[in-house]
Amino acid sequence: MAQPAEARTCPVTGFRVHRAAEDLVKANAVAAVVALLLGGLAAIVVLFTRWMGAFRPETFYQYLALHAWNMLIFWIIFFEIALLHFAGSIMLNTRPASPAAGWLAFALMVLGALMVERAILTNPLNHLSFQPYPPLRGTPDFYLGTILFAVGALLGVGVFFATVHRAYREGTHTGPLPLVVFGAFVAAVLAVATLLVGALVFVPAFLWSAGIVPELNPFLWKVAYWGFGHPSQQINLAATITVWYLLSQLTVGGRTPSEKISRAAFVLYLVAINLGSAHHLQTEPSGALSVGWKWINTGYLMHLAVLGSMIHAFAVPGSVEVGQRLRGYSRGLFDWLVRAPWHNPAFSSLVLSVALFGFLGGTTGVIAGTEQLNMKWHNTTAIMGHFHGVVVAGTTLAFMGITWYVLPLIFRRRVVGERWARWQPWLFGIGVGLLVLAFMQLGVRYGLPRKQPDIFRFRGLPLAFQWPAEVYALLTVAGIGGLLALVGGALFVALVVATVLFGKRLTDDELRREYAVPAAAGNPGHSAKELPAVPGTFVLCLVFAAFFVLMYLGNYWNLSRAWPIGG
Amino acid sequence: MAPGAWWEEPVHPLERAWVVIASLIAVVFFSAMMLVWHALGQQNVRGRAYRVDPKAYQAEVERFVQQYKAGEEAGQPVVAPPPGSDVYMLAQRFRFYPILRLKAGERYVLHVASIDYLHGFSITQPHVWNLQLYPGYEWVIPFTPREPGTYHMACNDFCGVGHEMMLGKIVVER
Repeated sequence: MAQPAEARTCPVTGFRVHRAAEDLVKANAVAAVVALLLGGLAAIVVLFTRWMGAFRPETFYQYLALHAWNMLIFWIIFFEIALLHFAGSIMLNTRPASPAAGWLAFALMVLGALMVERAILTNPLNHLSFQPYPPLRGTPDFYLGTILFAVGALLGVGVFFATVHRAYREGTHTGPLPLVVFGAFVAAVLAVATLLVGALVFVPAFLWSAGIVPELNPFLWKVAYWGFGHPSQQINLAATITVWYLLSQLTVGGRTPSEKISRAAFVLYLVAINLGSAHHLQTEPSGALSVGWKWINTGYLMHLAVLGSMIHAFAVPGSVEVGQRLRGYSRGLFDWLVRAPWHNPAFSSLVLSVALFGFLGGTTGVIAGTEQLNMKWHNTTAIMGHFHGVVVAGTTLAFMGITWYVLPLIFRRRVVGERWARWQPWLFGIGVGLLVLAFMQLGVRYGLPRKQPDIFRFRGLPLAFQWPAEVYALLTVAGIGGLLALVGGALFVALVVATVLFGKRLTDDELRREYAVPAAAGNPGHSAKELPAVPGTFVLCLVFAAFFVLMYLGNYWNLSRAWPIGG
Repeated sequence: MAPGAWWEEPVHPLERAWVVIASLIAVVFFSAMMLVWHALGQQNVRGRAYRVDPKAYQAEVERFVQQYKAGEEAGQPVVAPPPGSDVYMLAQRFRFYPILRLKAGERYVLHVASIDYLHGFSITQPHVWNLQLYPGYEWVIPFTPREPGTYHMACNDFCGVGHEMMLGKIVVER
């Protein structure tokens, strides 16, 4: 049955790579990068409208929708499906359970995505933003497109589960799942739950849009919508952390300090993270959603999931530190970090992604999700700051980082312009970081509304008003940050496309020589007892904890100066 | 990369210490603080909300405007209710109605509802706070405008093309 061409052994990782899996990874990764390009082009309109009011409001709304759907949904989910094919099939050395189903999933996702793009582009006055709350109504093809895309993604996730099952049945893998596959598995379980709740909101919306259902309850719809909208970001969270562990293994031979703790942290996501939906409902009319409901969801139960993230905040840098110390960089507290492979864009992507995600995206998620503090954050640009910190500086940068390995190991081509690739994570990371900081200050301090295209003129209406001068200065900071991120993103797409089309083909020998995984990773002989301690990571985490608590209390101080309400 | 019997492996003391620290932060700050603020803080999203018929709500707002109308600006009535009273605001595509004139340091009970789409009730410039509005739900929540000044409002939840025109105003006098 097994013909020579059907599978190969990767000279770098030793994984058995089946061509069927490799092709599915390639197709989904290419679709992801195309979506990234479209979303980036749309970002130009969004950026210059918010920075200097360059485009008309109608144009802004349209391109904002295009930007959001391409980035948050198509780029990220296509990439995650590629990741699942990699983790399920390649990492477990087995053929995908059903390549045909994998391709059907891919086709459905492409079709759904095209329908959504078309619906947004052809109905400039009738499009919806990313949160399409009824009674705002889109055209039926918009909802149908999202449903087809989701069905495709669900099928792709099903192929992953079947492939994991196949690996055990055929004995290509025995024992516990490797940590990376375990993380992908958690992301996949979250994806199933999320996509099923998605059906609960998008199917009725489609029927309503098509005139079959007369009316939707806007309140119930929004509550249910966030049962889909927030968990969908938790898939990204689990996938991002999975990629972090993978990057730490590939770049420095990293090993988590404790498999037990890392896995427990993933399980905490499964248990508690969907309650995060309540974060989006903190300023809803209380009575409709009680104070107790908000507190239980975002307070006690939700923080089990925050605890999970704080554990990864230790274990991921800890994994890098273990790898580096095993390689011999063991002097002092931070020798391992100073003498890390900074020339490798995958490594700098990993570090920037972890740092920006933690300090900017993660802390602000908890703060914005705190019941009272949300009054200052809700629907301001601070929320945009938060989610760009999470899914752009975090997820997108991590996915870009792993791409520097996908190109040589899966496409087997040498990255074109490696010297440029070294700069790419810094341009993108620093750009997004500036954008995020400016947006947060603009939102929390100055209350600048999100989804607002005309803050300079307000169409010349009698109630139009002026912002203080600091707002314009901060908008310039955000604009410059956004521009840097756009350049970094464009550089990424250009290098990836050039590599896939024109990159020099790599032989097994070249791959083994140039991309070798640092020694410790290939040596599972180390048990946790023999792993080096990670004091540097511990110190970094203490700094992070202090920052987190100060930011949190600082936000309460800021709130205490606002008009009393609710007493 | 097979992890072996990972559930039996010991956890390093430093990592164990971090898990304890992180748990304490999560419980003490992120969870308990919300309750503490309900007891001690002056800013809480704590009011009542009723389902309300949009037409009935509109009539209620109109009665309020007629009762306390003190002038007109930008084609909108300016309403100056007495301290301690119930004040009404209506959100609809694309306006906040009416303009309010309030006394600094006095307590009022705010009634606010949307009669058509979701809107964001946001006292924006200078920034105070935000509340989410739904069609058919009336927020009833007490508040105290503290510092005198002119406060501008801009809807901050997308309510259709024209959303950028949805502005409002509250004047707080000494």
